[in-house]
Amino acid sequence: MTETLSNLALGFSIALSPPILFYAFLGCFVGTLVGVLPGVGPLAGISLLLPATFGLDATRAIVMLAGIYYGAMYGGSTTSILMRIPGEAASVMTCIDGYAMARKGRAGAALTIAAVGSYLAGSASVVGLMLLAPPLALFALRFGPPEYFALLMLGLLVLAYMSSGSMLKSLAMATLGLLLGMIGIDQMTGYFRYAYGVVELGDGIGVVPVAVGLFGLAEILATAGLATPPQVVKPRLRELLPTRQEWRESAWPIGRGTVLGFLIGIVPGSAHIIASFVSYAVERKLSKRPEEFGQGAVAGVAGPESANNSATSGAFVPMLALGVPSGPIPAVMLAAMMVHGVAPGPLLIKQQPELFWGFIASMYVGNVVLLILNLPLVGLFVNVLRVPYPILYPSIIAFCILGVYAVNGSVVDVWIMLMMGVLGYLLRKLGFETAPIVLGVVLAPMIEMALRQSLAMSDGQYSIFVSRPIAGTLLLVGLILIILGLKPLVTRGLDWRARLALAEKGQEQP
Amino acid sequence: MPVVLALVLLGFGALVYLLGGGNAPRLAAVGWSEWRHAVAIFLVCAFAALALERLGFRLTIALSLAFLLGVVEHKGFAVTAAVSIVFAGAAFFLFDTFLRVPLPRGPFGL
Repeated sequence: MTETLSNLALGFSIALSPPILFYAFLGCFVGTLVGVLPGVGPLAGISLLLPATFGLDATRAIVMLAGIYYGAMYGGSTTSILMRIPGEAASVMTCIDGYAMARKGRAGAALTIAAVGSYLAGSASVVGLMLLAPPLALFALRFGPPEYFALLMLGLLVLAYMSSGSMLKSLAMATLGLLLGMIGIDQMTGYFRYAYGVVELGDGIGVVPVAVGLFGLAEILATAGLATPPQVVKPRLRELLPTRQEWRESAWPIGRGTVLGFLIGIVPGSAHIIASFVSYAVERKLSKRPEEFGQGAVAGVAGPESANNSATSGAFVPMLALGVPSGPIPAVMLAAMMVHGVAPGPLLIKQQPELFWGFIASMYVGNVVLLILNLPLVGLFVNVLRVPYPILYPSIIAFCILGVYAVNGSVVDVWIMLMMGVLGYLLRKLGFETAPIVLGVVLAPMIEMALRQSLAMSDGQYSIFVSRPIAGTLLLVGLILIILGLKPLVTRGLDWRARLALAEKGQEQP
Repeated sequence: MPVVLALVLLGFGALVYLLGGGNAPRLAAVGWSEWRHAVAIFLVCAFAALALERLGFRLTIALSLAFLLGVVEHKGFAVTAAVSIVFAGAAFFLFDTFLRVPLPRGPFGL
């Protein structure tokens, strides 16, 4: 414990230095702007803004990217409450009661509760991250290639299981992602695979063009033609303070959302989306007046907003401690860290303590910055929403092209983004989740390397994956998830994933 | 490994078809009302990919934005010209000049 505290002090000495503070502030500000824009969620936002960090050292770059991630999560709640448009998927549940509160004239109170809940949950879950990541990293030092292979496979299976909608479709998308990740030089033999003479494909398909195409461009392709400008409720500053009753009603939901969000965040999958959904369901179940949910219940804003911010920190635990991204956003963060020469994993905490603890401390600082930023400047962020969409979306497209080109200075990446955009648009129309594709692309080289190293260790015997206890247990958990995921096909009923998919489409409240 | 993955993907495709094919809505029922916009955006992006290293960042982005705003969205000349030129110039200044991310230049250093 003493060691943790002294490490944290080291982290704060870095995070509170003026340059780092400036980049945390900048990241939070830009992230909030990105989160407010419908269609540009945290994933596309981080991908687009990655080139802007190239001139920075690793610590500043990662602090800024984490700020963008946090800010985008915060920003998403603003559009949910004021326009009933989730800036990103995790804010879907906030739309229901947040917008209902706004229509009753309590928009300011809803925004304050969402901001304070997010702040408390974000800060508390960083404590969890701080306490959990180092021992987990220590445990992970026992992992060899078979254990890593099993862990990575489990990550993909959990993501498929946790995704809303059909598990079969999610698994198909994860496989497509893995297949796309096979493009490029074979790491064991040096062979060019599926490059068709395009030298730039030798390094494989980058995660940034894939993420921007599937999440940024695809969204624009799907929404640009829909000309129905939504109403924006503009709150006044003096209306920001919730009443005593509203504070009382939000206290327990914030606490529950924090714990729930962190625990769900650690598990691979679209954690922050699931966390907000589960929190909403729990709050409605525990409420003495469940009929108020959907009509502007404070707990319906406080719980999900706290849960999705808590899950954001939780998702960093496996990424920092094991080097295994638990979802598409941590996957892009992982790629961003690698661009800056940082390799997350068990050795990060030992080899680069100033980076790890500086990052942890900057998360505390980022939460404070966001609280200071979000409430007084809410009017400014709302004004962004007043820019007509026919002017806004061409600018977002220009940023997509710029962001993707700037990562490697390659036009091939722009073509990949374009193809992924079309693919994402079609898949979205046909009801497929695209997040597993991004994770598949990132994990493919790691999974292949771990598989081939394991087989080299065992002289080609696949039994190595079941004869080693950790690998065997992880694969068994994966198998159980497959069975659980396929259960609704037999029972022909709606399981929680199907209900989540319906809720995301706004067809049904969970 | 790619062959195994391709076979697995085919298998999943077949399962999705067999288990859900009967209940799925027809392709036309999905709703493609925005297809004209989607095609226009696709063409603009393809143009940008082709022109980026030939015409340079500023000219390519200004032309792409001008097409989207003026032709696709029917905005007035003044709005189209102002947004296209200011956006292209400002984005170039921010990324290339300020943040030192090298962006391509075209004829006459544009």
